[in-house]
Amino acid sequence: MNRPTVRREAEAKAPTTTKRMTMIEAIRDAHDVAMAADDRVVVYGEDVGYFGGVFRCTAGLQEKYGPTRCFDAPISEQGIVGTAIGMAAYGLRPVVEIQFADYMYPAYDQLVSEAARLRYRSAGDFTCPLVVRMPVGGGIFGAETHSQSPEALFTHVAGLKTVMPSNPYDAKGLLLAAIEDPDPVIFLEPKRVYNGPFDGHPDRPIVPWKNHRLAEVPTGHYVEPLGKAAVRRPGTAVTVVTYGTMVHVSLAAVSESGIDAEVIDLRTLLPLDLETITQSVQKTGRCVVVHEATLTSGFGAELVALIQRECFYHLEAPIFRVGGWDMPYPHVHEWNYFPGPERVGRALRAVVEAD
Amino acid sequence: MLDDEGRAVGPWAEEPKLSFDELREGLEHMVTLRIFDERMLLAQRQQKTSFYMQHLGEEAVSCAFRRALNDGDMNFPTYRQAGLLIAGGYPLLSMMNQIYANAGDPTHGRQLPVLYSAKDHGFFTLSGNLATQVPQAVGWAMASAIAGDTKIAAAWVGDGSTAEGDFYAGMVFASTYRPPVVINVVNNQWAISTFQGIAMGGSETFAHRGLGFGIPSLRVDGNDYLAVYAAARWAADRARNNLGPTLIEHVTYRAGAHSTSDDPSAYRPAGSGSAWPLGDPIARLKQHLIVSGEWSERTHAELIAKVTEHVIETQQKAEAIGTLHSGSRSSKKFMFEGVFEEMTPHLQRQRKEAGF
Ligand SMILES: Cc1ncc(C[n+]2csc(CCOP(=O)(O)OP(=O)(O)O)c2C)c(N)n1
Repeated sequence: MNRPTVRREAEAKAPTTTKRMTMIEAIRDAHDVAMAADDRVVVYGEDVGYFGGVFRCTAGLQEKYGPTRCFDAPISEQGIVGTAIGMAAYGLRPVVEIQFADYMYPAYDQLVSEAARLRYRSAGDFTCPLVVRMPVGGGIFGAETHSQSPEALFTHVAGLKTVMPSNPYDAKGLLLAAIEDPDPVIFLEPKRVYNGPFDGHPDRPIVPWKNHRLAEVPTGHYVEPLGKAAVRRPGTAVTVVTYGTMVHVSLAAVSESGIDAEVIDLRTLLPLDLETITQSVQKTGRCVVVHEATLTSGFGAELVALIQRECFYHLEAPIFRVGGWDMPYPHVHEWNYFPGPERVGRALRAVVEAD
Repeated sequence: MLDDEGRAVGPWAEEPKLSFDELREGLEHMVTLRIFDERMLLAQRQQKTSFYMQHLGEEAVSCAFRRALNDGDMNFPTYRQAGLLIAGGYPLLSMMNQIYANAGDPTHGRQLPVLYSAKDHGFFTLSGNLATQVPQAVGWAMASAIAGDTKIAAAWVGDGSTAEGDFYAGMVFASTYRPPVVINVVNNQWAISTFQGIAMGGSETFAHRGLGFGIPSLRVDGNDYLAVYAAARWAADRARNNLGPTLIEHVTYRAGAHSTSDDPSAYRPAGSGSAWPLGDPIARLKQHLIVSGEWSERTHAELIAKVTEHVIETQQKAEAIGTLHSGSRSSKKFMFEGVFEEMTPHLQRQRKEAGF
């Protein structure tokens, strides 16, 4: 058997056609493109191989690339991440799936103490180009153990990069960037928007991605660089800084409240595109930070600290945070937990009306 | 294999066999490790470094195992396998620089002493968190298999640390995918103050742990250089021939303290350290060479003198570069470097703020 090689023709060919995809399809396509271009890319996790993952993000890959490139793993998150670190140190490019972000806790030591520090502690002797994918967030009646958003647990760890796309276009481009990144990347997939954008109203069905501009995904290879935010809606009255599912909820809140807010989708939490945030807040003078994760010590606290440092003299009102309440995700009451457009709208009004 | 008189007996003594030159070299590796330990322990007492862990009594395990490995194979060690480096020809100076965290420290003064990293010598960077390296070794071996490579991996874990979940996660993956890995359990009978029975529970041996996973498992006299080599060679050949993982329990005895931070007299029967259960591995190999007519007390004394001189000379070189509290140390600029391949904007900002 031959040593794995990188075939870069795929990269040389700029994508010319696009295809409408859901986020799940875009993620699957990113795997496909990466695996075709680079033999070093290996994909595994619980139910990932034969079945294609419980959310079907890896469906068809085993058939196409064989069981040494895409395979099922034992139910052992520390084993999945631990072995992937060894593979990455060997020189492969493992992409592993943790079935739900809620199950990364058994693997947390491997992420924090090992993956994140390998380059540093070995002074570059060993590196860890690894991607750990996991579905995050609630709104699927998953109760406390299928609903969490643990991003702050990753951004707090020196040496990990943390990404959370909000749409199919970004999901594919960012995942390809993550796979090609020389460092460990935590790739968080907001599962509520896997199949379509979502306006935060649980009583309305999820709108299929079909007619959404950002579901128009280039075929072939392209990357969206890590560390670059996107302005989803320009506005002048207030800046909403958010990511993942909450991008859609915030856009709904803006349209329902009629407030001319600028909505920033961070896309990558670390490294953070502070410049885009700063430019916007210095323009609007007001800011609301929105995330689904529990509020206390959440990533929003980091954002508020940075924004006040950069924009203090431009601020015309205190920065507000909207997040999940500080409790485990409750099953039957999950829609009371979920920060919906009504709560975001309330924060927007409070900030805009403050003197 | 080595009997009380120092003769090599039994079926494992036949094949594969080490030459007397190789055995003399093995003796030199073990003697080097012991003298290195003595000097570094003393250096710690003189506050030239913060901490040290010695191998006293366990020298045969890593020194003999290294012989069964080829260039390109990878060890995922824990902290009492410096013999892998010494027997692999890694410079003593680099080890001392690491212990002193001076400007010559390959890890830029980031790591606790003895947590070495030497990729080119098949030595994975050491983690302070016990047992995390077991699934990593298995993953490295899986990668080697996926790549169609013939390199093998070796995991190292202490008897106490086999109680960690990572050990079992590694065993499950090794058992499921059958990659070319040797999982070494170094049973030195103590985990700091805790006797091996606490981690072993109701099973008879640590080797038994492997059987439940369907992993062929050996229990070897870890103080017998020849036996460790024979077992290592058997397991490494199995791995290289794609016959899958092997577990080796090396039964040895930690004759010294756990580290410079503990005192075994507080938890062990008095004198048990000097009673050398299983015998001193150096004395046993020396005896074997003497009864084979290949060594003498005089050549042994010469070896010790030669090695001592070399270790002291190297130590002087290392101390000329610096020790923990004096001389040159790794540049502060390394503090902010290497968190990521490319420094992120927030780290650039923090480095500026810190002033270096
Ligand atoms: C995860 C973790 N828990 C605890 C420790 C502290 N600790 C360091 S060494 C040690 C004992 C290990 O014993 P064993 O595995 O038998 O190895 P030995 O020291 O005997 O070689 C402990 C508890 C640690 N380093 N990592």
